[in-house]
Amino acid sequence: MKSEFTPPIGKISNMNGKCISLIGNDIDTDRIIPARFLKCVNFDSLGESVFEDDRKTLKGKHPFDLEENKYASILVVNSNFGCGSSREHAPQALMRWGIKAIIGESFADIFYSNCIAIGIPCFTLPKKSIEEIQNYCDNQSLFLEIDLKNSSAQSKDLNFNLEIKESSRKMFLSGEWDATSTLLDNKNLIENKFNQLPYIKFNTNI
Amino acid sequence: MSQDTLFDKVWDLHKVSSLPGGSDQIFIGLHLIHEVTSPQAFGALKEKKLKVKFPDRTVATVDHIVPTDNQSRPFKDNLAEQMIETLEKNCLEHKIRFFNIGSGNQGIVHVVAPELGLTQPGMTIACGDSHTSTHGAFGSIAFGIGTSQVRDVLATQTLAMNKLKVRQIWCDNKLSKGVYAKDLVLHIINKLGVKAGVGFAYEFAGPAIHELSMEERMTICNMSIEGGARCGYINPDEKTFSYIKNKLYAPKNEHWDRALRWWESLKSDENSIYDDVIKLDASRVEPTVTWGITPGQSISINQQIPLLDELSPNDKLVAEEAYEYMSFKPGQLIKDTPIDVCFIGSCTNGRISDLRVAAKVLKGKKVSKNVKAFAVPGSEKVATEAKEEGLDQIFKDSGFQWREPGCSMCLAMNSDKLIGNQVSASSSNRNFKGRQGSPSGRTLLMSPAMVAAAAINGKVSDVREFIN
Repeated sequence: MKSEFTPPIGKISNMNGKCISLIGNDIDTDRIIPARFLKCVNFDSLGESVFEDDRKTLKGKHPFDLEENKYASILVVNSNFGCGSSREHAPQALMRWGIKAIIGESFADIFYSNCIAIGIPCFTLPKKSIEEIQNYCDNQSLFLEIDLKNSSAQSKDLNFNLEIKESSRKMFLSGEWDATSTLLDNKNLIENKFNQLPYIKFNTNI
Repeated sequence: MSQDTLFDKVWDLHKVSSLPGGSDQIFIGLHLIHEVTSPQAFGALKEKKLKVKFPDRTVATVDHIVPTDNQSRPFKDNLAEQMIETLEKNCLEHKIRFFNIGSGNQGIVHVVAPELGLTQPGMTIACGDSHTSTHGAFGSIAFGIGTSQVRDVLATQTLAMNKLKVRQIWCDNKLSKGVYAKDLVLHIINKLGVKAGVGFAYEFAGPAIHELSMEERMTICNMSIEGGARCGYINPDEKTFSYIKNKLYAPKNEHWDRALRWWESLKSDENSIYDDVIKLDASRVEPTVTWGITPGQSISINQQIPLLDELSPNDKLVAEEAYEYMSFKPGQLIKDTPIDVCFIGSCTNGRISDLRVAAKVLKGKKVSKNVKAFAVPGSEKVATEAKEEGLDQIFKDSGFQWREPGCSMCLAMNSDKLIGNQVSASSSNRNFKGRQGSPSGRTLLMSPAMVAAAAINGKVSDVREFIN
């Protein structure tokens, strides 16, 4: 790994970094982290195995193997990124490799939730803008400054208004993306709900 | 925005609060866990010094990593052994019910919960597995989650979620002979696309859905996620209730009567509002096979692999990737494609009715000498039932290997894997690159009956030629 990994904590409002472009639609979580790497009881060593099979196939030419992308932290992808298996190992592997934010045409639902839950903001842009960024990345380095307060991304040449679900944006700015404590704040309401549910009463043997 | 659908009703019933960011806090009625996505969640609980809030509402089994040839302990694979030991320890420590190997109730989590009567209408069900949508077949709202969300359910029995939109998929008429639920759901995913369901729950409805058995309905809901919808469901009816009745954890005696009254009231209203409605004619669906690297890339058995020009601009990029990976030429027929491995099993099609259908095709026939074929029952209960009916013998006589229950070659976390660029005919749910354990392995998804036909002929075949 490039440096020691420290997971994000608390409020997340700014992300600055170099973009890494990965072209392709419907890139599934089996490709991001093949199932054999799921045989683990923690996420610690996943970073080095991200896109393992795709990288082997491309023999050093995969974007995650290129020298110029070594310190990239903003991943730029196409549509339906992260489809398939719900394995959180996929965003965990990306994060441990060094990815801090993802910009794409669209994301699969469970992948998106997993990213939010571990502190990786996922932004969307129209196909045309994504292609513009990816073309730019093909020719030269692109450093973006992302500001979650106004959902903007800026570089010396390019400016974009990023889209992000309002609830996700607020959770990052307030730090509530790490949801456990927020959910626990409502412990009386949880108890009340439990007692109100019809099936709790007739499932006496569960 | 949808109104008065079953989804709306179950969501509203389970809503605990509106969270500051604007999402909802939803109570989870049943939480299912397994060895792959739970250890880190228990680890996080420990770190945060939290306990499992409602241990009775979580049920565990072991399925993804279990070997299907020799299940004696310790497993030959040290990492697999470490994972099952971790689950055993976590369940013991947190007083969570665990259906271990040999309990008689172990199996693929989405096969086990319904067959034990744990899955019931009107519940919210979550599990760290994307095929949790399976349980929607009973009129529950069920969806896959990641490990951090597993942690949240363990600690709070709730999740922070944005409400989904609801799309009704209305299926007219009924399926023809030799055409199964698997064909219908592959057809639906092909028509709508693999990302059409993002942000949606799918309600499957109409005469063709009503006609399906509970196990066929599970096959349909199971694959909602392959169409992008993390939740798929079917309004409960008499078939649902009679499937649940007398199961181990089904309500009993006077509780049954109360349950039934409530369940009968649970369905989308006749004048409910959907965010979208799609109609299709189920009688036109034919045996369907995937040719590419997403579950949306499928064709009928007698069709040709599509030409690039026939595809929409959005589908071309993945199609080009698929031709190359699968070594198929555009315009080529899928029928008669040689097969190396046949796999019958998985949470999509590893239930007793799936084994019965395949056994009927296989009876008195032999698997082609070029094919390695194996059947993996979805659970210990399914295995026992199959043996009682003599199905295991039919499989073995035909040349199939008969294995112990688990997820097996659906995702190849155990030693059941494709080798090199072998081609498999598989009753599972994903044909992604490398999915079945070899980085160059190729998967053709189809119904269990079609897998049986492919096993006999050693090539992709039309099962209708076997059952007349």
